[in-house]
Amino acid sequence: MATTDTKISAAQLAKQAENRRRNIFYLVLLALALVAPFVAYPVFLMKILCFALFACAFNLLLGYAGLLSFGHAAFLATGGYMTGFLLSTYSITPEIGIITGTLASTVLGTFFGILSIRRQGIYFAMITLALAQMVFFMYLQADFTGGEDGLQGVPRGNLFGIFDLSNNLTMYYFVLAVFIFGFLLIQRTVHSPFGQVLKAIRENEPRAISLGYNTDVYKLVAFVISAAIAGLAGSTKTVVFQLASLGDAHWHMSGEVILMTLVGGVGTLFGPVLGAGFVLTLEHQLSQSFLGDWVDVILGVIFVVCVLTFRAGIVGEVQKFMKKNFN
Amino acid sequence: MSQEFVLEARGLTKEFRGFTAVDSVDLQVKEGTIHALIGPNGAGKTTVFNLLTKYLTPTRGDIRYRDKSINAMSSNEIARLGMVRSFQISAVFPHMTVLENVRVALQRPLGNSFHFWKHERVLNKLNDRALELLDSVGLADYADITTVELPYGRKRALELATTLALEPTVMLLDEPTQGMGHEDVDRVVELIREAAKGRTVLMVEHNLSVVSKLCDKITVLARGAVLAEGDYATVSQDPRVREAYMGSDDTQVEGAH
Repeated sequence: MATTDTKISAAQLAKQAENRRRNIFYLVLLALALVAPFVAYPVFLMKILCFALFACAFNLLLGYAGLLSFGHAAFLATGGYMTGFLLSTYSITPEIGIITGTLASTVLGTFFGILSIRRQGIYFAMITLALAQMVFFMYLQADFTGGEDGLQGVPRGNLFGIFDLSNNLTMYYFVLAVFIFGFLLIQRTVHSPFGQVLKAIRENEPRAISLGYNTDVYKLVAFVISAAIAGLAGSTKTVVFQLASLGDAHWHMSGEVILMTLVGGVGTLFGPVLGAGFVLTLEHQLSQSFLGDWVDVILGVIFVVCVLTFRAGIVGEVQKFMKKNFN
Repeated sequence: MSQEFVLEARGLTKEFRGFTAVDSVDLQVKEGTIHALIGPNGAGKTTVFNLLTKYLTPTRGDIRYRDKSINAMSSNEIARLGMVRSFQISAVFPHMTVLENVRVALQRPLGNSFHFWKHERVLNKLNDRALELLDSVGLADYADITTVELPYGRKRALELATTLALEPTVMLLDEPTQGMGHEDVDRVVELIREAAKGRTVLMVEHNLSVVSKLCDKITVLARGAVLAEGDYATVSQDPRVREAYMGSDDTQVEGAH
């Protein structure tokens, strides 16, 4: 067993070194995120952060539970509408609005999850899509959503009644804090006892069942966490743009989050963040150039190229490259 | 029904749209024995396994575990009862480390499997026990390897270690030596013999020399029904069994003497 011990400690040392490298990487990113609004337009950065959080939530389900949801727009929109409606109608502080919006998505997620979780693969995707379409038409018809106009002019208000969020810089740091909270929650979920079981279910569900796990319940919990964080992203986004619109509930949005996650790297923690940044920046740049009308076509081409040539996404391919050459 | 049988099936039947895959099979597995389920391809052995562990729902029939009906239970409940199965193709978690494979089986009794807010290092207290189990199947040196990199025979050994982690009273092994070379087969036979101490094993096996070495009792299935039952000598002499194997495994039946 002596050889075993040294081997294990060697593996542990390698893991520690990797953790240290990762912590340094995150610290550098945090520093960049803190100075970013002085260099780039804060509202655009906030947009990236909101969509990055949304993509991370989606990735928790696809990358770590192996479930492809095609209805995540419903959670983004539900959080957004709920928060927008509350902030426009009642004089409450934004954090209460965001928490309530998140809770609304959590409840909706529980409902969606119970209906869809027993099916796998394409059937699961189809059920989530159908449910999300129902939600879309409901929001189209309902009074409190403002129909096709959406909810406009949602007041940002004062955070905790103290910090004035109409200041873009204050707003930015609040959004950054929300994003970091959501990101850390996902990171912890992935690296938790629950995350281990989830991984086992993704890898081999019948075997996980034969080990005594009621896998449907685990998948449901993952689904609800994912829906909650998607709702948090939607709620925060509404406060940033002072707008909740039907576009968030459209199935197009469910597709876009898949694109972001795949381009960045599904099943990697940082991939969806990078993917969201990449897709939004590209959309932004293209829409200002002469190629403005071709945005969807170009994104489609990128999607195809990504799936055909670098399926692991940007972060996934970098990880593979590092593993091949530096280990 | 008697106490000495840990697992009993009565009139177990499975029909798929008019095709009867398993036809009123009676099976009695005695406590502490190694019981084999053999038969030609398509005899319904794996289907019987799937019915016993509820991966398929029986059309008719009664299944009792320690004289208690488990007809209404789901697969995961049966596993928690102490009846743990393996699969025909190796059932490991390929992108987890070898250690994590075993640990995820040890983890459930801790009761923290839903704790998504805790760091996974709370599981490290299970590492010693996991290593012990890996050591018992000769895999301790591979603990930190990603499972997908293990050779096939070792994956099956890992599967056994993972099953043993649950301390099952009954192990259902579906072709544990399938697709293995000679050396691997011998090793797995030894592992099963070791693991079967103090437990009951029901195994589907194609390799009759393995069956003759390991098993106390054999049930032969053909076309979904029980053809013969008894110890190896009785069963291998049975003319009906010889006929059922004729043209497929006949030589093996002869050769195993």
